Amino acid sequence: MATPVMDKVEAAAAASPYITATFRIRRFNPEISDESTWEDFQVEIDPKERVLDALHKIKWELDGSLTFRRSCAHGICGSDAMRINGKNRLACKTLIKDINPEKPITVEAIKGLTVLKDLVVDMEPFFQAYRDVMPFLVTEGNEPTRERLQSPEDRERFDDTTKCILCAACTSSCPVFWNDGQYFGPAAIVNAHRFIFDSRDEAGEQRLEILNDRDGVWRCRTTFNCTDACPRGIEVTKAIQEVKRALITRRF
Amino acid sequence: MSADTTAATGATDDVTLYDVDNPAPLIEAPRKRTKKTPKATRGNFEMYGWLFMRLSGIVLVVLVLGHLLIQLVLDGGVSKIGFAFVAGRWASPWWQAWDLVMLWLAMLHGANGLRTIINDYAERDNTRFWLKMLLYTATVFTVLLGTLVIFTFDPNIR
Ligand code: HEM
Ligand code: SF4
Ligand code: FES
Repeated sequence: MATPVMDKVEAAAAASPYITATFRIRRFNPEISDESTWEDFQVEIDPKERVLDALHKIKWELDGSLTFRRSCAHGICGSDAMRINGKNRLACKTLIKDINPEKPITVEAIKGLTVLKDLVVDMEPFFQAYRDVMPFLVTEGNEPTRERLQSPEDRERFDDTTKCILCAACTSSCPVFWNDGQYFGPAAIVNAHRFIFDSRDEAGEQRLEILNDRDGVWRCRTTFNCTDACPRGIEVTKAIQEVKRALITRRF
Repeated sequence: MSADTTAATGATDDVTLYDVDNPAPLIEAPRKRTKKTPKATRGNFEMYGWLFMRLSGIVLVVLVLGHLLIQLVLDGGVSKIGFAFVAGRWASPWWQAWDLVMLWLAMLHGANGLRTIINDYAERDNTRFWLKMLLYTATVFTVLLGTLVIFTFDPNIR
């Protein structure tokens, strides 16, 4: 019985989980240069770890100047959306083994927003669009003394769009937004949808009017980039189409 | 940003042009949304534009494919097309109406599509404005000229 145990130990040692992966990161530091450059980092890492872990390893062990946002590290705060291998994802929800670590893994800032440093962008225009759709409950009359009750069916109507974490992965994957930042963008529409279809809310009409604008839902070209990008699996394009339909049926 | 000193520091020191006190200008995203972005405009123009693209598209499938079939495939293909062929078709009010509707729908559909593309790609408001003026002029000219020809076509012209 001793031999098999030995074999197991040896096999485990031989099959170390660690691999050497290359991370090709687009660096930008306005205090050094006005141009961004790709920089390669070799990282010894377990491929079952996430891209965020690799970024931590680089920052803590290789180059402390690497700059990126993260807070929760568990896909809830929405701070670490970035373009990984050309696709918008959350670094904290992307396993290295899922994105082919044989080849260099590219990591860059999300597009369509001003890069401040490395992977950090100015989110202000994104949040301005969010504020512009009034993402809060609006009601008239006296406040009820108890909860505002809602049937499960009414709640279900907008369930999908309540899941948004405002990471901007969708908006910064939209080609219309890349070219024209005046467009509200998918995230703002998703968050308007969340209230437009809430039976307790009374400002749906107002929000629809805002999105009926020149830079509102009609600029959407149904490319589905937003749905592909959303780390929460929200059917973003569908939500946008539902707002369009609500606008049309409201008129006819 | 203290960008004015760039040249002075850069001239003597070719290692780096920018430093902590003198950072490089950031590359702003096109037409950034700010607090000053105009609030929603009233009216349903964009909605009607969007609806028109879809409705005219459905009609154009029949009109354009029918047109291509008649002109290029049936009855000997392109080789049959000539003055007599056109004159023969426009003698019938049915084909006059067909071509008139196709002209108007295709032109308005194409023009609205190009308007969308200009809105997408023109960064500066000035460029945007003049490209659209060019587009509208070309559209009005083509639609009017085409309509004129359909109604005043003279098969006995020499
Ligand atoms: C044959 C049937 C046709 C159908 C079903 C059709 C349908 C459509 C639809 C639904 C759109 C809107 C796309 C969007 O909003 O994302 C569109 C856009 C457009 N169409 Fe058509 N169309 C047809 C023929 C034509 C013709 C004959 C022309 C040229 C005169 C044309 C030129 C355009 C242009 C320039 C656009 C804008 C492109 C874009 O939005 O990316 N189409 N078409
Ligand atoms: S809809 Fe999805 S991709 Fe867009 S901001 Fe919300 S969570 Fe992020
Ligand atoms: S760090 Fe919070 S979502 Fe990734």
